Amino acid sequence: MWTAILTIAAIALIAGLALSYASQSLPSDSGKLVDQINELLPQTQCAQCGFPGCRPYAQAIVNDGVAINLCPPGGDDTIRKLAATLGKEVLPLAEQPVAGRAVAVIDETLCIGCTHCRNACPVDAIVGAHQLMHTIIEAECTGCELCIAPCPVDCITLRALS
Amino acid sequence: MSAPTYDLGKLHGGLRLQAHKKISTSEAIRTVPLPDQLVLPITQHAGDPAQPVVAIGERVLKGQLIADTEGSLGAPIHASSSGKIVAIEPWPVSRRYGDNAPCIVIECDGEDRALEPAEAPPAFETLSADELLTKILRGGIVGLGGAVFPTAQKLMQAITCELDYLILNGVECEPYISCDDMLMREYALEIVSGARILMHALKLEVGYIVVESDKPVALQRLGEVLAELDDEHLVLKQVPTIYPSGGEDQLVQLITNREVPSGGLPTDVGCLVQNVGTAVAIHDWIVNEQPLLSRITTVTGDGVTQPMNVEARLGTTVADVVEFAGGYTAGASQLIIGGPMTGKSVTSDRVPVVKATNCILVLSEAPSQGPELPCIRCGDCAAVCPVQLLPQQLFWYACADDETKMRDYGLTDCIECGCCDLVCPSHIPLTSDFRTAKARIRELADEKARAERARLRFESRNERLDKEDQERAQELARQKKAARNAGPDAIAEILKRKQEQDEDR
Repeated sequence: MWTAILTIAAIALIAGLALSYASQSLPSDSGKLVDQINELLPQTQCAQCGFPGCRPYAQAIVNDGVAINLCPPGGDDTIRKLAATLGKEVLPLAEQPVAGRAVAVIDETLCIGCTHCRNACPVDAIVGAHQLMHTIIEAECTGCELCIAPCPVDCITLRALS
Repeated sequence: MSAPTYDLGKLHGGLRLQAHKKISTSEAIRTVPLPDQLVLPITQHAGDPAQPVVAIGERVLKGQLIADTEGSLGAPIHASSSGKIVAIEPWPVSRRYGDNAPCIVIECDGEDRALEPAEAPPAFETLSADELLTKILRGGIVGLGGAVFPTAQKLMQAITCELDYLILNGVECEPYISCDDMLMREYALEIVSGARILMHALKLEVGYIVVESDKPVALQRLGEVLAELDDEHLVLKQVPTIYPSGGEDQLVQLITNREVPSGGLPTDVGCLVQNVGTAVAIHDWIVNEQPLLSRITTVTGDGVTQPMNVEARLGTTVADVVEFAGGYTAGASQLIIGGPMTGKSVTSDRVPVVKATNCILVLSEAPSQGPELPCIRCGDCAAVCPVQLLPQQLFWYACADDETKMRDYGLTDCIECGCCDLVCPSHIPLTSDFRTAKARIRELADEKARAERARLRFESRNERLDKEDQERAQELARQKKAARNAGPDAIAEILKRKQEQDEDR
């Protein structure tokens, strides 16, 4: 009987040591989870969640347990997917979702070429040099609205795409 | 080698449908007289729209190029008769998505003057594969079976693959349509000539001409022509009458017993499939320098006074064609472009006959099927599906908008043949649901690709900003270090200079 008890105790000890070693010295897989969460986010980089872009929000969700219902462009769909991946409860969206895809448009007759909007764009979708007219690359614009506030002449509007 | 042979592969599912073909095959093909006006959509093929190369008011001759290809996939469009360009404007057309499309409108002068050919075309045997393919590209030829994929591009893809067989598709399995049947009866020689051009271009040794068993006259005529030529490379094959054995992948399976892989092409299993009408168009262009200007189309159904097959100039309106066939009957209520299974219902007969128009079907009021009922999971749809999908499962996931599952269950392989609709005891419009679901999948894929691009741009921007910050910090550190190394005298001198500058101001 003692043999059995000792054997089991030895196995438990070895396994316990191995596990504690692994948990301390091997890299954690939270990075992988961040990637996974980031993949579920819409990548508009709009910062409406309060974090500067989708990846920072994904990191905050994983590392700091921030709520999963802060992404208006993703809408209920994204919340459902996030909840399923993280094993959390589905919550209603904190803010109203935006309807459909929209892109920012610069009124080129008003643009003074201040580069403020260009510097605000999270995906480099605005081209233009100092004191020259700016324009938006429609295919790359995510409709995040971050360029609208910095414009000193209010020449940027959001246009819905059908 | 000309007797029909029977060694065939197996086709899953399919249906034996009532053919309704006899009503339109009693007479020879008749030519629709030249209308006053021709309406030619700039999109008559799969791929990018052709770009008009004529201006309003310009006079054009029959066979003159009026819209040229732009982009990687497309086919040029030629004037089908001589006359004046009067408009380039949106016009109702029969397409699966959208109802209006830009069209070039020609007011015919009635003279039907053709473009003078430069010189007699060289015999095709003397041309290389590249020369032939380039020439076919200029002829505006597209797959005339209904998919209207540009033939030249299909051949250019095929020539990069290892091919064993050319398969000429004369199956025409959809009810009511009989244009290929009539074409095979009257243009058997041209079909064989087109087949030889294709086999020469692709260096193929074996060509099959495949005809369904319910077309005995066409089989006999083709048999006679092949017997006369005694060409051992061409073989006539007869296949049983089962819908949809005329689908490209289904036909390959039937003839060679090779299964086209999911998402693949027949060329992946060494086969090139062309419609018999396409073969005739290739013959007309390569041998007679006549681009694709007209096509044979079936005008039929119980809503037409005198069902028949007609040869109509591309751009002739459906109204003109129906009038030529004796007009509508009193009970006519539904106009379909294409067959009853895969065709598209249109609301206006102003739509023109285009390269894809193989049938103009006018039906009287169909008896109502009754309302759509819940799926009882009987599995009849799975038994008839020629692609061996599980329509009842797909329907389930389409309702739930579950993209992953729809992909897993092979929705993208659905050929939209409509067999599942027909057998469904609950009258569920499965095919149209699948069509919507496919569009949804495409949309989601687009969204995903866009998000991925935005993510990459966001990350590379952050990297760039970090790098700029670092460089600035390094530069600052370097300057600080330089100032420290310079010693007190140098610093005093710099301060003095600064003071002088301030005083100057």
